[in-house]
Amino acid sequence: MIAFLIKRLMHAVLVMFVISVLAFAIQDNLGDPIQQMVGQSVPESEREALRERLGLNDSFLVQYGRFAKNAVQGDFGYSYFYREPALGVIARHLPATLELVFAATLIIVLLSVPIGVYSAIKPRAVLSRFFMGASIIGISIPVFLTAIVLIQIFSIGITVSLFPESTGWGAWLNGLLSTQGNMPSFGRGYDLVHVVGHWDTNMASWDGLKHLVLPAISLASIMLPLFIRLIRAEMMEVLQSEYVKYARAKGISMRRVYFVHALKNTMLPVITVGGVQIGTMVAYTILTETVFQWPGMGLMFLDAINRADIPLIVAYLMIVGVIFVVTNTIVDLIYGFVNPTVKLTGKPA
Amino acid sequence: MTMTTNKAPSRLDRFRDSFVWYSFKRDRTAQLCLAVFLCLVVAAFSAPLLAPTDPYDLRQIDIMASELPPFWIDGADEQYSLGTDAQGRDLWSIILYGTRVSLLIGFGAVILQALLGVTFGLMAGYLGGRVDAFLMRLADIQLSFSTLMVAIVVGAVVKATLGGAFYSQYAVLMLVLIIGLAEWPQYARTVRASVLAERSKEYVDAARVMGLRSKRIMFRHVLPNTLSPIFVISTVQIANAIISEAALSFLGLGMPETHPSLGSLIKAGFDYIQSGSWWITLIPGAVLVVLVLSINLLGDWLRDVMNPRLYKG
Amino acid sequence: MALLEVSQLDVRFALRQGEVKAIRDVSFTLERGERLGIVGESGAGKSVAAFSLLNLISKPGFIAGGSIRFEGQTLNTMSERGLRKIRGNRISMIFQDPMMTLNPVLSIGEQMVECLKAHRRISSREARAIALDKLRQVQIPSPEKRLDQYPHELSGGMRQRIIIAIALLLDPDIIIADEPTTALDVTIQAEIMALLLDLCEQHNVGLILITHDLGVVSQVTQRMLVMYAGRVIEQGPTREIINDPQHPYTQGLINALPQMATPGEKLNQIRGSMPSLSNLPSGCAFHPRCDFIKRADGQTRPACVEQVPGFVQTGNCQVACHMVAELLEDRRLKEESQ
Repeated sequence: MIAFLIKRLMHAVLVMFVISVLAFAIQDNLGDPIQQMVGQSVPESEREALRERLGLNDSFLVQYGRFAKNAVQGDFGYSYFYREPALGVIARHLPATLELVFAATLIIVLLSVPIGVYSAIKPRAVLSRFFMGASIIGISIPVFLTAIVLIQIFSIGITVSLFPESTGWGAWLNGLLSTQGNMPSFGRGYDLVHVVGHWDTNMASWDGLKHLVLPAISLASIMLPLFIRLIRAEMMEVLQSEYVKYARAKGISMRRVYFVHALKNTMLPVITVGGVQIGTMVAYTILTETVFQWPGMGLMFLDAINRADIPLIVAYLMIVGVIFVVTNTIVDLIYGFVNPTVKLTGKPA
Repeated sequence: MTMTTNKAPSRLDRFRDSFVWYSFKRDRTAQLCLAVFLCLVVAAFSAPLLAPTDPYDLRQIDIMASELPPFWIDGADEQYSLGTDAQGRDLWSIILYGTRVSLLIGFGAVILQALLGVTFGLMAGYLGGRVDAFLMRLADIQLSFSTLMVAIVVGAVVKATLGGAFYSQYAVLMLVLIIGLAEWPQYARTVRASVLAERSKEYVDAARVMGLRSKRIMFRHVLPNTLSPIFVISTVQIANAIISEAALSFLGLGMPETHPSLGSLIKAGFDYIQSGSWWITLIPGAVLVVLVLSINLLGDWLRDVMNPRLYKG
Repeated sequence: MALLEVSQLDVRFALRQGEVKAIRDVSFTLERGERLGIVGESGAGKSVAAFSLLNLISKPGFIAGGSIRFEGQTLNTMSERGLRKIRGNRISMIFQDPMMTLNPVLSIGEQMVECLKAHRRISSREARAIALDKLRQVQIPSPEKRLDQYPHELSGGMRQRIIIAIALLLDPDIIIADEPTTALDVTIQAEIMALLLDLCEQHNVGLILITHDLGVVSQVTQRMLVMYAGRVIEQGPTREIINDPQHPYTQGLINALPQMATPGEKLNQIRGSMPSLSNLPSGCAFHPRCDFIKRADGQTRPACVEQVPGFVQTGNCQVACHMVAELLEDRRLKEESQ
């Protein structure tokens, strides 16, 4: 266990080091902090003095050392736009993103496991074929387009007049295919419940939940088909294995064969892939939050890019790195607990 | 078989005898997808011939004719079959041109990815040791950050460094570079895996014993045997590259609105969706989905046919 | 009536290229406490035969005809629910590779207890007690510790002992053992086989031993079947077949045993190899490899390409060979004329 944590820690340090060097290189090359601090009117000699005082003329390594030291203490400098510490800005936006990711993950887990398992057990069933077809369509629709379509259908509403309104069935079909469209599609709403610190939750009020629904479905829409297909493929492979055949030969019920013998083995590779997908999820929050104007880190990051708010961009990258390293460690721990052949020493026994 | 000719079968003959062609003949979905994909490619690249207007020519744009609906909705103008966008550009024309831009970037980025990935993958797999460890660690870190994330960050940084105007001017090239750089690890991993599998086989040893140099062994002997997995992932990668480009453009890090791809058309239209002009965003969106879906389905089929053992997810 | 009666068993695989007949016309019986060997090269259909007894053939395979009767019940037409009551309970199986057979993510205890609980209404505590007792019977060192261990913590030999313990858990009437020692180290093969035989004898369990090892079969079984390309080609009391094999294939197998070779000389081999089931030779499937067509005078007889041979009785054995039938007929005619 200790060995595992040390190994994990070293990996984390390496990843964070790479990210910090990149982040620092960005900071170093982008924008002129002097320009941001003082106006055009300040003479060059004064600028140079300020430059010297701020240590901007030091060598790259010295500057990086200073940057890293501050970063470890949580100091990423001041956001140009918000005029407050960058970390504080991120802390304010973090809960919204985490709630969105949590809701999307919930949707993914609750749907992908049963659908994946079902279509592995009954690969030829009509429903399985439907799920497989739907999942490849799902993979082919970019996440922002899913979001836009959802907004059109459930927020703006569509009025279908394809069928003759004068006939009874036509009116009925038109009514059936038309949607009201009163789901909120903008921001988190105002009915947030304060939990602690910067954390106001969407999950404690009806209005909050309604605001969460469309963004969460959009964010889930890209991963869900991937996971359904992955679980199905893994499960089908496991069902071919000798131990599943042996379990059947022991006369235990098919339900136990599927859900204890097969599913547990299926989930091992799925957990690993899930860990990798967390990084992807962060990227997709940028897109989802942009469409729904969800005031989370992704939207903040895009705004920071457009405003060339370098300290905020750098801080965002570092925090995303930390989130990524932490979740990967958690995923590895879960994997270790599910898989008895891993003794959490970092290598299979 | 007729014995009248004793010529070696030509490439075409061999293809006709292959399992790929056999299963293509039997698979309706694959045929349909290829037809749709080819139609889109041909239409996009003959855009100057097919499009009634040139959307890049400002003189042909009538700002008074903006946000006109497509032909099946009341208030449509015959002149614009699919309606017009917010700037009064003919939607049908601009979609043709936009699809061309998307395809160009998609293919360009995949060619770059493949060049980088295959080279690094061959090096990692064949040379092994430190080169392998370094390249694969790099690929791991990059992949764990997700290619889209890398592309967004690189795009943002490049745009901020070079300035918006310059970036827009060379947007096609920039996007090819960004997406190409962001996704090479996929190829590198696949190629490395098959090189490792191939390397242990006898013919590579035989080539080495015969005194062939390692570069020659790699390109003449190992590479051809890794081609089918490369081919299979290329289809998926083209679809991914097109989606990545659309995502970058949607975030404002891609093609400018004056020279739009499908992604920037969707972005431009999204601002008008609340006012009821859904077609500006959803029609390019539908084209994008059909394009990507046809490629993905072809990729799926190819993966089943060429290498069932590769099948995961 | 015998404990297990298999007659005219016919198993096929529905593949894309068409149906492949994996097993044809296999019939045999097994009495309580009896030991039956099924011998053949890989691909002869031995394993398919073993799995089809419990209707465990996975798609695209299916039982196309014949019957498997266990204590008067027909297993091949029985419902899945009914079969479940017999599998692991009255008839249990031992698989070939102990490394692949146990589920890697479940503890040994779980895998034993679930089997007991599937067939008997008992508490987990009672089930563990029975499991522990069986582990002692298979002479596993420190059995208490094993219940909470996972398969990867045990050696191949220990895993196979556990699988034997699981096979005995519910005191079955029959154990089907499919190459139970093939995947093990040579040094412990004999040990595991001895253990299995010993326990079967103690509990009066019928054993169907499937193996390619004619040596083992000749030592431990009372009756045997020799299979070739999905068919039984010779069956009868083991001693008679080993001492006086009739079919050219059985003769070849026995001659190929290492103990039959003269020291310093090459082992005797049967020329050629087993045909693929999807592309069987016409007539007698063995005819391309058959040496009976060479006569003593150097002439060759016509090969048996026309008809599939039926069984002829020789002593207590049955042999499916045209040549043997002809030879016997010749001898009978000669005896009659004298």
